[in-house]
Amino acid sequence: MAELDKKDEAVDATPNVTDIVKVDASTTTEVEAILDAPVDRGEPILQVRNLVKHFPLTSGILFRRQVGAVKAVDGVSFDLYQGETLGIVGESGCGKSTVARLLMTLERATAGEVFYKGQDITKLSGRALKAVRRNIQMVFQDPYTSLNPRMTVGDIIGEPFEIHPEVAPKGDRRRKVQELLDVVGLNPEYINRYPHQFSGGQRQRIGIARGLALNPEIIICDEPVSALDVSVQAQVINLMEKLQNEFNLSYVFIAHDLSIVRHISDRVGVMYLGKMAEIGTDEQIYEHPTHPYTQALLSAVPVPDPDAREHRERIILTGDVPSPANPPSGCRFRTRCWKAEDRCSTEVPLLAIPERFQGLDSPVAHESACHFAEEKDVVGAA
Amino acid sequence: MTIIEESATVPAPRSGDDKGGPLLEVRDLHVEFHTRDGVAKAVNGVNYSVNAGETLAVLGESGSGKSVTAQAIMGILDMPPGKIPQGEILFRGQDMLKMSAEERRAIRGRKIAMIFQDALSALNPVLSVGYQLGEMFRVHQGLSKKDAKAKAIELMDRVKIPAAAARVTDYPHQFSGGMRQRIMIAMALALEPDLIIADEPTTALDVTVQAQVMDLLAELQSEFNMGLILITHDLGVVADVADKIAVMYAGRIVEQAPVHEIYKRPAHPYTKGLLESIPRLDHKGQELFAIKGLPPNLMKIPSGCAFNPRCTMAQDVCRTDVPVLHQVTEQDGTDLVGRGSACHFWKETIHG
Repeated sequence: MAELDKKDEAVDATPNVTDIVKVDASTTTEVEAILDAPVDRGEPILQVRNLVKHFPLTSGILFRRQVGAVKAVDGVSFDLYQGETLGIVGESGCGKSTVARLLMTLERATAGEVFYKGQDITKLSGRALKAVRRNIQMVFQDPYTSLNPRMTVGDIIGEPFEIHPEVAPKGDRRRKVQELLDVVGLNPEYINRYPHQFSGGQRQRIGIARGLALNPEIIICDEPVSALDVSVQAQVINLMEKLQNEFNLSYVFIAHDLSIVRHISDRVGVMYLGKMAEIGTDEQIYEHPTHPYTQALLSAVPVPDPDAREHRERIILTGDVPSPANPPSGCRFRTRCWKAEDRCSTEVPLLAIPERFQGLDSPVAHESACHFAEEKDVVGAA
Repeated sequence: MTIIEESATVPAPRSGDDKGGPLLEVRDLHVEFHTRDGVAKAVNGVNYSVNAGETLAVLGESGSGKSVTAQAIMGILDMPPGKIPQGEILFRGQDMLKMSAEERRAIRGRKIAMIFQDALSALNPVLSVGYQLGEMFRVHQGLSKKDAKAKAIELMDRVKIPAAAARVTDYPHQFSGGMRQRIMIAMALALEPDLIIADEPTTALDVTVQAQVMDLLAELQSEFNMGLILITHDLGVVADVADKIAVMYAGRIVEQAPVHEIYKRPAHPYTKGLLESIPRLDHKGQELFAIKGLPPNLMKIPSGCAFNPRCTMAQDVCRTDVPVLHQVTEQDGTDLVGRGSACHFWKETIHG
């Protein structure tokens, strides 16, 4: 632990994150009791600290040796508060989906901690981990491949009960599944149908019902609407907002559609190449971005208003995202940044409120990992 | 060798066409697919036209028939099961559906080219990009391998692929998504066609790369004065580049308008619904407007107006009569140029 802290001092200094109240529990039963305890609205429910995931690159067939690592997630810290939606945006390859998989403990983190109610879930195993997983569920991107085509809807939504029988006793399951179908706006009589008999939007509703089955507290949504048609996207977004109010859920909402993220999120984090570039409330990020990457990203979003095309300034980035196996030194965005100076190649910018904005009571005072953070007026995605 | 010289010269500025009409005109096109489960009517009477230098955006959800129309124009529909029972596709005044396969081959690629959505599956993974780009010149112009490769490098330079000469021997998987899409564009541009059909050219790309690719496409279009049919479902992209828009629903054009008009005053409830379902700043925290229901099954298109089961304004007449594309007018009755709406209640939609 101490070693890790030293290595990633930079990220540890971030003030956007609140102090962690670590809860010590020696036995599994104690841990389970802690995990079942409710969290007040507005209190942090999930605290991510210096999360790192490196995928090894190996060479050789018989004697595999590691020749490098894809630094998919490289020191990410944020808090998720009870009842809020945290949007995470970024280009493909920036590590946002890997963060989702780490929060789900589908991948084991290389370093860093994820505290759920004060328990570091990256260290848990066995029964305690199982209890955590019950409370953190996921909705996947592609409703066409995330549902088993040979299982009926009833089996798909009821499958979580097989693993966590304490939530619904055997005789009760069918009724529970039908309730869930009703909650997500599907006809409860469809329980014996197969996924291919539904449209994309309906399938995503099935995916959401499966995510809700265990009464989780957190739902991680990895691009939940990007595979859907425009007219159906709005239906699913409305459903997700309704469910959030009804069941008091916290969402981590990962997407690349910036206007949808703005609509649904309370706070937004912008990721670039495994690091958080900027994080703040939706107003701070969309109206007062201070990181050049956020500014470029917002200006590149096509605005559905033909009158805007003549008089809006667009920042067109050159080139592609560098490979995460060999990221640039210093600031990772410097290779595509128009502000880059020598300092950017040597010094990693911290994710913190920039010095010049500190103490200001204005929306520009939010965490931005740039040496030359400044406000720039961009006609962004409304 | 004269061919090289010919193609190396600057293309002469093209007048709209030779016979004084639009570059491409689609008239009352129908496409159906005969399957074991029945007949799916994918396109049911589509009319549109494109002039040289003009960008027509075809907007629609999946299953609206926008891509099938494009495939019919290119002559790359799978037939069977596809069938074109009626309609005309006029390229410079000549009906391509009546041409022989040889005549169509001469037009395809040379006069009308297509950019596909998914560059990774559209490119052949076992051939180098240089070979695939050069194929256009070898097949259509009979160039030698060496000359074709030189032309391929030139093309890659033109679409701004860095170090083109070094990368010409690379394979598609060695390029990033944006670079692969540039190669697709280069391939479509190879023979300097009069018309390019771009089928969701940026859907698979990130917004920053999308902006690069759309910019490049617009630049090349004005350089060569090409017509462009842009097929997309993204209302933002359309607003950025299109001159005019055709909105498709269940194989028909439900609304047609110049781009500036349609965003201000949609004249069809479907277009209106699509525009309203875009999240807007002042609606934060409220429910998004959502068009209820699902797009129709193409084997069982509802009678009357296909949109009637999802429409908030539907009346009895909508369930029985198929609306024609009405000329849209101002309240005082003056025609709005280029605007049409296939709704019985277009007046109420635009003026109400």
